[in-house]
Amino acid sequence: MFESSLKQLGDALRAKKISSVELTQLYLDRIATHNPELNAYVTLNPEMSLAQARTADERLAAGSAEALTGIPVAQKDIFCAKGWLTTCGSKMLHNFVSPYDAHVISQFNNAGAINLGKTNMDEFAMGSSNETSYYGAVKNPWDKTRVPGGSSGGTASAVAARLCAAATGTDTGGSIRQPAALCGISGLKPTYGVCSRYGMIAFASSLDQAGPMGRSAEDLALLLNTMAGFDERDSTSLQRDKEDYARDLNKPLNGLRIGLPKEFFAEGLGSDVAKAVEAAIAEYKKLGATVVDISLPNTRLSIPVYYVLAPAEASSNLSRFDGVRYGYRAPDYTDLADMYEQSRSQGFGAEVKRRIMIGTYVLSHGYYDAYYIQAQKIRRLIAQDFVEAYKHCDVIMGPTSPSTAFKLGEKGDDPVQMYLSDIYTIAVNLAGLPGMSIPCGFGENDMPVGLQIIGNYFDEARMLNVAHQYQLATDWHSRAPQL
Amino acid sequence: MTAPEIETARAQLSGIFDLIAEMQAVDTSGVEPMSHSQDLSQRLREDVVTEANQREAFQAIAPQVEAGLFLVPKVIE
Repeated sequence: MFESSLKQLGDALRAKKISSVELTQLYLDRIATHNPELNAYVTLNPEMSLAQARTADERLAAGSAEALTGIPVAQKDIFCAKGWLTTCGSKMLHNFVSPYDAHVISQFNNAGAINLGKTNMDEFAMGSSNETSYYGAVKNPWDKTRVPGGSSGGTASAVAARLCAAATGTDTGGSIRQPAALCGISGLKPTYGVCSRYGMIAFASSLDQAGPMGRSAEDLALLLNTMAGFDERDSTSLQRDKEDYARDLNKPLNGLRIGLPKEFFAEGLGSDVAKAVEAAIAEYKKLGATVVDISLPNTRLSIPVYYVLAPAEASSNLSRFDGVRYGYRAPDYTDLADMYEQSRSQGFGAEVKRRIMIGTYVLSHGYYDAYYIQAQKIRRLIAQDFVEAYKHCDVIMGPTSPSTAFKLGEKGDDPVQMYLSDIYTIAVNLAGLPGMSIPCGFGENDMPVGLQIIGNYFDEARMLNVAHQYQLATDWHSRAPQL
Repeated sequence: MTAPEIETARAQLSGIFDLIAEMQAVDTSGVEPMSHSQDLSQRLREDVVTEANQREAFQAIAPQVEAGLFLVPKVIE
């Protein structure tokens, strides 16, 4: 049952081979066994999950089930879910029981999916290793001395360890794709604006995008069908016709032009990762694709640009946490200003404080043009690199991350080293393009390697097709870690 | 932050600003700043109430409330 695809689970539920209550309980039992070690979930609420499962069973019995009705899905703890503790990995929200649902959560609820629990994450999604969570690091199920990646590390670990059927993540600079790569699962960051940000706790609003994480491209298509959609409560949500992201899964890849950016295969890429990615490209050639050499000349600049823009937006977004209306308030203070200061300095962790300081600085009078505006201008140059590249290819491929999962604590004291590991993912967010990662083999220490597939705007259906055809020809995506 | 925290933060922030300084070498004359990937302007909506009144629910999760108000330390003597 734990290896079944979402389609198989849906079929089994509709055929009454298993009930949603039984399926949900199976997962809750498996979580109870393995989560104490992995720390993938921060909040479980079996009572609420099972209540949803009972409702789903009624809907299944009535014959009004949809594709995801009755299927247990884990939710990254960045999504507000009514009645659920929603911490965003921070002490600041350690007691925040959300009074409302994020749009993504209500989409899953309307589809009859079960909220299986809230997954661990880097504090306010700021991190690439899940080590900045106030609730402790998450372990990679392939090697529990290694990180799962971040910031959607809890989700990646839970999906890889089969502690949920599928799950959600969010991606501001690679937070879906990098943990998916490091944990050997599939993950998709849609085009900016495809999934509503309403109720998704904001980090960098012009880059944040929700997306599905699961065990196969086929599963991701079903999840995205549920998650995507216009929502007027998000001012950047895009008004587009509803589409079926699974519609092209079975198209052959004959004639597909794959762009390989030379900057993604240059110095800094681990030889084990390069080997696995090159083998995947060779497989694509067998499937009928052709390869085109392209260049994304401003790739290297994406890191400094991102580490100006994301902290700038974060410093503004996080000003709402003041200990007045919700969340953490310091126990002792002298006056109002001291209450703000004590609450924020005790409530935020080191990485969040660092980014607030950077953000406040780059937005300050006298530095705004040199940092913030300059970064926004280079952002356009980075986006134009992609426009130029897509004149010559249909999708772009390369590694998701320069290395496989590193050891817990290995990069803890050096934020710059940690930031540099986002080199292949960040430009995609800056340009607002869709990107995904799928497993394509194993590198050093038998740790999974991810292949990144970057599509043109709104080309998610094609990317899922490209990923699915590879997954029909290979079995990397169905490998599971020994727990 | 404590004194040792400030020292660590100083070193780390210097490293980050060295990284950020790479941007300054780029010639961006004539390039428009980009704030949204689709270059769309923000959608406007009618100025009407769209959310349900959830005052009780919001008060229930606040650190300190009284008579329907959020309490903070006295600001005006």
